[in-house]
Amino acid sequence: MTYAAGVDIGSTQSKAVIIDEEGNIVATSLDDTGANVIQAAEKVFQQALKAANLREEEVDYVIGTGYGRYRVTFGNDQITEISCHARGAVKMFPDTRTVIDMGGQDTKAISVSAEGEIVDFCMNDKCAAGTGRFLGAAAQALDLKIDDLGVTALQAEKPVRISTTCTVFAESEVLSWLGKGKKLPDILWGVHQSIASRSMALLRRVGIEDKITFTGGVTRNVAMVKALEDRLETKLNVGEEAHYMGALGAALFALDHILNSRKPVSEVA
Amino acid sequence: MDYTAGIDVGSTYTKCVILSSEGELISHSLAPTGFKLTEVAEKTLNDCIEKASLNRKDIRYLISTGFGRHQVDGKDIAITDLTASARGANFCFADTRTVLDIGGQTMKASRLDDLAKVQSFRLNDKCAAGTGAFLEKTAFYMGYTTEDVGALLSTSREDVSISGVCAVFAESEVINHLSQGTAPADIMQGAITSLISRSIQLMKRVRAEPGFTLVGGLLRFSTMVDDIQEKLGAKVNVPKGDLVQFTSALGAAVLGHHRLKKLGKGGGLSVSSIAA
Repeated sequence: MTYAAGVDIGSTQSKAVIIDEEGNIVATSLDDTGANVIQAAEKVFQQALKAANLREEEVDYVIGTGYGRYRVTFGNDQITEISCHARGAVKMFPDTRTVIDMGGQDTKAISVSAEGEIVDFCMNDKCAAGTGRFLGAAAQALDLKIDDLGVTALQAEKPVRISTTCTVFAESEVLSWLGKGKKLPDILWGVHQSIASRSMALLRRVGIEDKITFTGGVTRNVAMVKALEDRLETKLNVGEEAHYMGALGAALFALDHILNSRKPVSEVA
Repeated sequence: MDYTAGIDVGSTYTKCVILSSEGELISHSLAPTGFKLTEVAEKTLNDCIEKASLNRKDIRYLISTGFGRHQVDGKDIAITDLTASARGANFCFADTRTVLDIGGQTMKASRLDDLAKVQSFRLNDKCAAGTGAFLEKTAFYMGYTTEDVGALLSTSREDVSISGVCAVFAESEVINHLSQGTAPADIMQGAITSLISRSIQLMKRVRAEPGFTLVGGLLRFSTMVDDIQEKLGAKVNVPKGDLVQFTSALGAAVLGHHRLKKLGKGGGLSVSSIAA
């Protein structure tokens, strides 16, 4: 049996996916990246091996992706997260034409052709506004767990309009709304709407075409899904494995490499 | 003798001063703004009155300024921060033509005419990079508070490059530098340098003219003043001591005396600049 793996080292969390020869997911693993990136990559890969009940030698090719891809010391190659996210999204949802990926520190919009090739992409790499960090800041300011944000936000009745752009200032704005007696769900829904509207700006720059696949860690947040769907006026593709799209894409590229290397030289384009 | 008060409700600190008609700063007081703006304004005013051994009725005119100016009870009028800092800077240094005000959550550059009227201004208030919040975050990522910044800076030998584009992303930069063994003092100095280059850009956009006066809480850090002076290639004025943080409150109090005179209720200020 042949196995390939992708390891996605994000700014906040590290993900690993192992797939079999058919491209089916055999195991996934997730952990916080923390300060020691090399160690995080190692750990998340070992966890995936354990979950798949495999030894390291049984995985033929490993590709690293994400901002820490060069710290995947055991990886055979590195591919940018843009390529990997698009690849993973298209694999899970072949009707994907646009990908919106929301991670811990960045948000990316990718447009994909009918053949699954990347046409254009754009990301907010200089500013934390409109990224998962905005949610993290709100959670910290309100002393809530990130996982509770979405569910709480959906209980909003009279949403507050968050006016600040900067994530740092949003912390104070959130607290000042609380000081003015606004309800927690109303403030939180405002926070989600604000992120959705920032993402719209990114999406418009690459062109919005149905179907839109939502990937990245923030997909676990139900309110974020709803806020984006409200703005886009369409249903998003969101899979169980949305968090692992980058790692899955990397694993698929790794599998390509394995299968290509088996072909006679004349067949490799 | 008439007294006026100026209250500057800033994003981070609330400042209050009482100014006599002889141009003497009678008392000043400061408190973290927090989220109860009306209460904190009241508190700083009461502190000032108490320190000056005056009564509330002795304050003939009260002007509020800063982002929380509308929340101040008992004010006669509210004025914008730009007007207040222009007045205050002019009262400290009559030759002021350009004011750079760096506070907790904003950076402002304005160009004044010879009557201290604002001719042109630019704000950095949408992004924390370029404000005190950037320094606060940088300090926080290294386990320090803003109180430690001054002492830290004085031990810096060289600055390291901090991109200063986003106060949130600065965290990864700071961690990278720390993991490479860079001294926290040098990282802090790097943050200051990036802040300064932002301030120079902002001043360029108002077509700044010589007669620079620097005000705002961040100018407490003396190395910042030296660095700006060097980058500008011109001498700058800085109000003495902690007055630098009270310039806008002072400006509001100055305007209070002018208003009294206009209303025929007072003689205005007998001096055109602050008594030393």
